[in-house]
Amino acid sequence: MRARVHVTLKQGVLDPQGKAIGNALKSLGFSGIGEVRQGKFIELEVAESDPARARQKLGEMCEKLLANTVIEDYRIDLDH
Amino acid sequence: MKSAVIVFPGSNCDRDMQVALARITGVAPVMVWHRDVDFPKVDLIAVPGGFSYGDYLRSGAMAANSPVMAEVKKRAAAGVAVLGVCNGFQILTEAGLLPGVLMRNASLRFICRDVYLRVENARAPFSARYKDGQTIRIPIAHADGNFFTDGETLRRIEGEGQVAFRYCDADGAVTAAANPNGSLNNIAGIRNRAGNVLGMMPHPERLIEPLLTGSDGRPMFEGLAEALA
Repeated sequence: MRARVHVTLKQGVLDPQGKAIGNALKSLGFSGIGEVRQGKFIELEVAESDPARARQKLGEMCEKLLANTVIEDYRIDLDH
Repeated sequence: MKSAVIVFPGSNCDRDMQVALARITGVAPVMVWHRDVDFPKVDLIAVPGGFSYGDYLRSGAMAANSPVMAEVKKRAAAGVAVLGVCNGFQILTEAGLLPGVLMRNASLRFICRDVYLRVENARAPFSARYKDGQTIRIPIAHADGNFFTDGETLRRIEGEGQVAFRYCDADGAVTAAANPNGSLNNIAGIRNRAGNVLGMMPHPERLIEPLLTGSDGRPMFEGLAEALA
């Protein structure tokens, strides 16, 4: 099963990189840019056919390594 | 005092730490490659600076989950002193030995220069040779040194005197202008609750004798040698 994990900064955590990206877009002439937040996207294969078990396993991976839950949230999407 | 320096692929301050420990404590540290989980019993474990595992995923995240760190965690829980400098500090937070996280510098730039630090809560084993409130000069060299944690944890580490060093100006004033990286409350180094684990972004091992333009890092190692003799 293929899984996609999105790791994003929690609300309220400052994101100077996102801000710099927003400023770069503005300087390129793109208008109407609001707040920009950047994060990570991780795609992985898991040898698991049961979505609930896959989700549980991926949740543990996020808690232990893929995200730092002091500052980051994660979202898990599964391809069925 | 017997010590060990943990070496990861990408560590680059391990030799400086080795020299500082050997010269000041009089006993050469054991250099422990990250795969050697079975290293000798020591009084101090130093986790040096560098770019362990190329800073993949997050600074310190890979090293924190390496086999040797499971052993370091075990020994830290048993009371062995653990010193993490720069990448070592990042590794100790990622490993859960210290609270908080070191985020990208607010300026987004790698900063390499001397800074002033105010010594807070001076105590053994790491900082008993400094005076409370003393200003010292120590170099920093990092891109991810912006200390952050949630409000409740911050109140706890402040309340329990876990802050060991704060960025300040040459006169010892803790100001926003003296904060090089955006760290909360100008925090440059913290201890765990028990006081046997210390992480700091500045490099005391780089200023241990006048030939290196200063020796403000030296009292840390002298204090360790005295406390852990």
